[in-house]
Amino acid sequence: MVTTVTSLGRSGVADWLLQRVSALIMLAYTIFLVGYILLTPELDYTQWRALFDQLWMRIFSLITLISIVGHAWIGLWIVLTDYLTERVMGGKGTVLRLLCQLFLGLVAVTYTLWGIEIIWGF
Amino acid sequence: MLKVEVYRYNPDTDKAPYMQSYELDTQGKDLMVLDVLELLKAQDPSLAYRRSCREGVCGSDGMNINGVNGLACIKPLSECVKNNKLVLRPLPGLPVIRDLVIDMSQFYEQYRKVEPYLQNDTPAPAIERLQSPEERAKLDGLYECILCACCSTACPSFWWNPDKFIGPAGLLQAYRFLADSRDNATEQRLSKLDDPFSVFRCRGIQNCVAVCPKGLNPTRAIGHIRTMLLQSAT
Repeated sequence: MVTTVTSLGRSGVADWLLQRVSALIMLAYTIFLVGYILLTPELDYTQWRALFDQLWMRIFSLITLISIVGHAWIGLWIVLTDYLTERVMGGKGTVLRLLCQLFLGLVAVTYTLWGIEIIWGF
Repeated sequence: MLKVEVYRYNPDTDKAPYMQSYELDTQGKDLMVLDVLELLKAQDPSLAYRRSCREGVCGSDGMNINGVNGLACIKPLSECVKNNKLVLRPLPGLPVIRDLVIDMSQFYEQYRKVEPYLQNDTPAPAIERLQSPEERAKLDGLYECILCACCSTACPSFWWNPDKFIGPAGLLQAYRFLADSRDNATEQRLSKLDDPFSVFRCRGIQNCVAVCPKGLNPTRAIGHIRTMLLQSAT
């Protein structure tokens, strides 16, 4: 039996909403970044650095990073609870699913901390 | 001669399911798939399938016809036969009892979960609970479901979690009672659906809409439920 303790928002509607909102944030960030690169013909390190030196850009980047991590958790949680279940593979389904969730959790925390260091640490 | 392949499995005698080939002279007629099965059964009385009304009302003869779920009784050969070949399999995802007969317990269990009956704790009026024509119109496209299971067994989310995801057929009925002006258990109904599986395993791929023999749209009903959950939760 899979319950909700490992889902991000603990409820279906919360996960659904988080996934939609995070998708919109990622879309906005992508459009902004692609637009910036296209509209800046001679982009060099100084300009790129100047962009990321601004507080709003750092906040925007961090919000996007958190959105990616949350979005990935919700999506992969759904994939894992579809395929790695007791119904499909017996008792080892639960063990395998929890191991995968643990691995994904570690990756998520690592990327978040590493991202914070990259965005704010210099 | 029409080539027909039928999924055969008798758990008492067969170790594994197999496909049996038949040839049938349709005499150039555009028969329904159920007619083909009846003619095959005259050839081979051991063939098992469910049927009843033979006019798309009872929902007994849902099966996988050339790879697409549908009702055998209202599916003409001209709409499904390709290269003079007809392949019949049981509805996918549910346990096979014998040949084309499946065990629908899990499907009915999900239907039971949505409490598919009017709930109203206010005192009953002298004659009946009235609805305006507009309120009644909200039930169109919902009440027509015959529970043939073509939609739920075409849904990958239902294949993986038939014990937790209610499935398109059950959710269409869930919305039929959420949308009914005479039912006042809306809050209780919604609170039972707000987990990550019951409603939200729907990924909106619309297999259910593509196969429904009655032309209904469970994906739209699921969208309405999601909106109601969102409104009550935020």
